[in-house]
Amino acid sequence: MSESILEVSDLTMRFGGLLAVNGVGLTIKKGQIVSMIGPNGAGKTTVFNCLTGFYQPTSGKIIFAKQEIQGLPGYQIARKGMIRTFQHVRLFKDMTVLENLLVAQHQHMNNSLLAGLFKTRSYRNAEKQALDNAIYWLEKVHLLDDANREAGTLAYGQQRRLEIARCMVTRPSLLMLDEPAAGLNPSETEALKQLIRDLRDNHQISVLLIEHDMKLVMDISDHIIVINQGTPLASGTPEQVRHNPAVIKAYLGEE
Amino acid sequence: MRLYIKSAIFSAIVVLILSSVLLGVRLTQVGTELTLVGAEDAVLWKIAAASLLIFLYNLFRDPIERILGSIPKPTLSVGLRELSQRQFVQRLTWCFLIAAALIFPFLGSRSQIDLATLVLIYVMLGLGLNIVVGLAGLLDLGYVGFYAVGAYTYAMLALYFGVGFWTGLIAAGIMAAFFGFILGFPVLRLRGDYLAIVTLGFGEIIRIMLNNLTDLTGGPRGIGSIPKPTLFNLEFSKRASEGTQTFHEFFGIAFNSNHRVMFLYLLALLLVLITLFVINRLMRMPIGRAWEAMREDEIACRALGLNPTHIKLSAFTIGATFAGFAGSFFAARQGFISPESFTFIESAIILAIVVLGGMGSQIGVILAAIVMTVLPEMAREFNEYRMLLFGLMMVLMMIWRPQGLLPMKRPHVELQQ
Repeated sequence: MSESILEVSDLTMRFGGLLAVNGVGLTIKKGQIVSMIGPNGAGKTTVFNCLTGFYQPTSGKIIFAKQEIQGLPGYQIARKGMIRTFQHVRLFKDMTVLENLLVAQHQHMNNSLLAGLFKTRSYRNAEKQALDNAIYWLEKVHLLDDANREAGTLAYGQQRRLEIARCMVTRPSLLMLDEPAAGLNPSETEALKQLIRDLRDNHQISVLLIEHDMKLVMDISDHIIVINQGTPLASGTPEQVRHNPAVIKAYLGEE
Repeated sequence: MRLYIKSAIFSAIVVLILSSVLLGVRLTQVGTELTLVGAEDAVLWKIAAASLLIFLYNLFRDPIERILGSIPKPTLSVGLRELSQRQFVQRLTWCFLIAAALIFPFLGSRSQIDLATLVLIYVMLGLGLNIVVGLAGLLDLGYVGFYAVGAYTYAMLALYFGVGFWTGLIAAGIMAAFFGFILGFPVLRLRGDYLAIVTLGFGEIIRIMLNNLTDLTGGPRGIGSIPKPTLFNLEFSKRASEGTQTFHEFFGIAFNSNHRVMFLYLLALLLVLITLFVINRLMRMPIGRAWEAMREDEIACRALGLNPTHIKLSAFTIGATFAGFAGSFFAARQGFISPESFTFIESAIILAIVVLGGMGSQIGVILAAIVMTVLPEMAREFNEYRMLLFGLMMVLMMIWRPQGLLPMKRPHVELQQ
């Protein structure tokens, strides 16, 4: 279990004169939950965008599942099994909950035009499989009863859960969550924590997390990386990070 | 109680002016000059009555609306809506509509059938553009370009290689798809307004090319004597050309020039039905869902591993294919085509059909195509004011129902529990 799934070294992202990310490196081992924390505007989401191909990093090396992926377009990186959520919920609001999960499985479907027109056996099988997979995950996030509702009509907490389910139906190996607990109440946060643990323990998923809820981060992380103003500040186990003077200074300001 | 005196007077004057221009005063040529001629007294009285009615209605708007509001609304509409959602009822309605469309040519007059055929061409174009604009959300203002490609493909194949209609139809579809693919590739990274402008340009480029490639396309003179469609090599003409047979000879019936009109109508109907079937399937297929997802949130799509270019391109290409089919049918029906038939206004009309019908809705597109084609024909009595009425109708429509006549109800995948 000590094989690494993601290795990032010296990641740098420059927007004109602004150095948003400067020399960030991180390693995620298989089955690990790694958190990235830092004050607002530290560049955490920019790191996410660089890793998932939404930005082209200025320099640096990203090795995911033993392949270099820097510079690839986002959808190709996603197809390799690195799936992310967004800081703000980005569901397909006018589509039903179930359809959200079916769209996400597009790459696994039978996309031949003729097969679909004439409903061949392989097309129907693929469709059935996708449906089963969707139902499995809906049950997991307790949304099965809302399967036929439009995603936009769900409560906020449900939308967050649906977003994670939508990532999971694509059968990823690395799940990247951008502030999944933002806007959730304490009991929902607790449920989220259980869900993330469950994904790691029972589905062999590695997780990279951006989160401001320190309790959540300290509880579930195997490893924490602290970023401040685009530069790596500290990294280590929750215990090490909690007592690191530099981290305390960055968060609380100087005495 | 408030009296709306100002607005009442204003409305009455507007009605008076508009209706006397539309109904009362006519431009008539007397000798060499145009003079204004008044209408008959009866018409003038009606205009006065209408103005008075509008005046009174506006004056007493509040009490009238209170009285109208107090009338209980019929509850039938709720039941009807529930009924219309049942699949069985929907199927029955479709069967009924198709049957009516099939019987129509045997009852209608020649000019009616001809008009209906035109409607069907626009239905096909509307349905095709609906894929691009309604389903995939890509604003395409140059759709007529693919229509032109289809028409010219068949016309030129027939002219230079003597290809028949059915082969030409397939070739036209493939050629239009090819153009859709080629044009779509560079432009689909643009979005919204920019995409609209570039597609507008492409539509014009195709028309201007057809106009200027005089050696190949005949330029502004167009291409004439394009062969009509045949039914299993049976021609619909009085005398058969060499080596073929005519329809009336084969069946041993008297020659009737109406047969061809009816055949063209039924052929168009067949093409429309195929189009409907294909699009219906597409909407339920993964690609249809992907189009919708792409329309809603492209960034989320990318994050889930959907290739945006691929998905948009497929919408563009499939939409263009149907325009190609429609184009080759148009060429065969007219027997003559020139770049004049493929101006920007055609693109605008097709787009209006899609928007008027309700983006993404198929039955809406059919309805809008009928309205947009038949209404200008019926309003011929209004002479030069015809287009004015047409524009007025469009404006009112967009105020009254901005979502279109019948907004889309997409077939959802339902989970049976």
